[in-house]
Amino acid sequence: MAVMVSNNATCDGSLSSTDFQIVANAFAEKWKKFNSDFPEWLWIDCSNRLGFAAHGVSDGYLSVQNVFFKVQSSLKEEHGECSSNDYEEPFDNATLVQSTSDDGHWYDFHIVYSSSYNVPVLYFRAHSSDGQLLNQDEIEKNLPTESAKVLTESKWTFITQQEHPYLNRPWYTLHPCGTSEWMKLLLAGENSTAENRAEQYLISWFSVVGQVFGLKLPLDMVKSDG
Amino acid sequence: METEAQKYVWDGAIPLQIHLHDSEVTTLPPPSPALILAPRIGYLPLLSSQLKPFFSDALPPGVDTIWFDYKGLPLKWYIPTGVLFDLLCAEPERPWNLTVHFRGYPGHILIPCDGEDSVKWSYINSLKEAAYIIHGSSKNVMNMSHPDQVELWRSVMNGKLETYNRISSKLKLGIIGDEFSGKPNPSPLKGQQSVNETEATAARKASRVPVRLYLWIVDKDFDDLEEAPNFDRWDQVSYINRPVEFYTEGKYFTLLDAVKSILPEFYPGSLNTTKAESKDEPGIEPENESHPVIKLLRIQGIEPKMEIPFSWVVNNLMNPDYFLHICLYIQAPKPIGT
Repeated sequence: MAVMVSNNATCDGSLSSTDFQIVANAFAEKWKKFNSDFPEWLWIDCSNRLGFAAHGVSDGYLSVQNVFFKVQSSLKEEHGECSSNDYEEPFDNATLVQSTSDDGHWYDFHIVYSSSYNVPVLYFRAHSSDGQLLNQDEIEKNLPTESAKVLTESKWTFITQQEHPYLNRPWYTLHPCGTSEWMKLLLAGENSTAENRAEQYLISWFSVVGQVFGLKLPLDMVKSDG
Repeated sequence: METEAQKYVWDGAIPLQIHLHDSEVTTLPPPSPALILAPRIGYLPLLSSQLKPFFSDALPPGVDTIWFDYKGLPLKWYIPTGVLFDLLCAEPERPWNLTVHFRGYPGHILIPCDGEDSVKWSYINSLKEAAYIIHGSSKNVMNMSHPDQVELWRSVMNGKLETYNRISSKLKLGIIGDEFSGKPNPSPLKGQQSVNETEATAARKASRVPVRLYLWIVDKDFDDLEEAPNFDRWDQVSYINRPVEFYTEGKYFTLLDAVKSILPEFYPGSLNTTKAESKDEPGIEPENESHPVIKLLRIQGIEPKMEIPFSWVVNNLMNPDYFLHICLYIQAPKPIGT
């Protein structure tokens, strides 16, 4: 069945709320297909949050839980002052390790639509093996080196704690105020129909946002038009 | 520049009677409550400069992080004081009795607050968001000079409306031409030489208005506000951050129209602006039975008539962050199929 995406979506780097769910589910499907080593993204339906799901209004967000990242502190301890000179950073990429290792952090990521900025926003939190939530210093300390540099230098990309729009709890987020500008640049290079461009939106978006955490999408997923 | 209504809003204050939490009292007799007139458009942590000296003798040793609760509910400091009052006191309580804490910050419920700076950045971020909603860009706020930023924030902290209007006018955040008060359309639209004819026309016809809706759905009916039930968890309030699309030409757009457009869950026809009026659609009639009953709508402590022009409400009652904060009590509609 063909999924219709509105033609005017994505031209200015923004996304409409109705397109968001379509695009989110497409992203989850491709992730499942190309990134099967990772936990799945799931659509969390919140249509009922005002008491009952009336008149087919759809609402919700995309969620992935327990993405494991090895901690870099041991590497820094071993190499000390030399760590900035290392060419290889074997722990930049997230690896799913089925173990009770206590040298890692587990991240929950939520992709939530912002009606103000008309773009997706990444909300996240992290906990250590004993279940303790990490604070902002602990999170930033363990980001890949390049990400920490970008976060400190850019006034457009920064981590803040905000109230999760659906969970009413503090979560970390990357501030979305610059998103539509760089999405516009990113999508301008795509040679595809409006429909494909919209479906590619979240893949392109995640290819940038995910890098903050060292999460890289497989090339097949990025190139796929399927 | 300033309207009379705007002056009333900026002068608005809530009489607070603030008690130190029992667990933090180390003196006998316990300290008297602090009586403070708090600006409606301000934020509770900004009262710290008055409260810390007042209660310091009674506090145990340790690091202070101020927070407040009302009947056990931790208060979200990033919501303006007047909005909290309108939302939490269906029947206004005067003075409003709050409890202040300097220890045991509930970090699992409230986002962190490290004093005035946190409040300032929360305000600036709201302003950026509002600018984005209105203009499609936050650049005017991002590129504000540091002296202007400091002065703008001080004007909000100290309730200086004239200073605020002077600095904020540089942001060019005029939202809606108000045809009902003789205020001309915002000049930025006319002044943008680079905007071509088509865009200029389109921009004049549609505006996005920053609105934050605090929605409380009550299960049972009540006639007097005193009978409105209290709530003890923030999960009972739906916070909806959705802009209102406003068309300045043609149709008369009321406050009720705005509420309907924010809540398509309850008003399914509202998103389709080309839809014929409901009386022309036979199928709409039965659905009217399931529409919610608005028990109370409050903005800046007043209950405006639902027929009031939305443009007037926005231009006169919005907060310094350029958001219109609306508190709404709705009686839950009966589920369809009952």
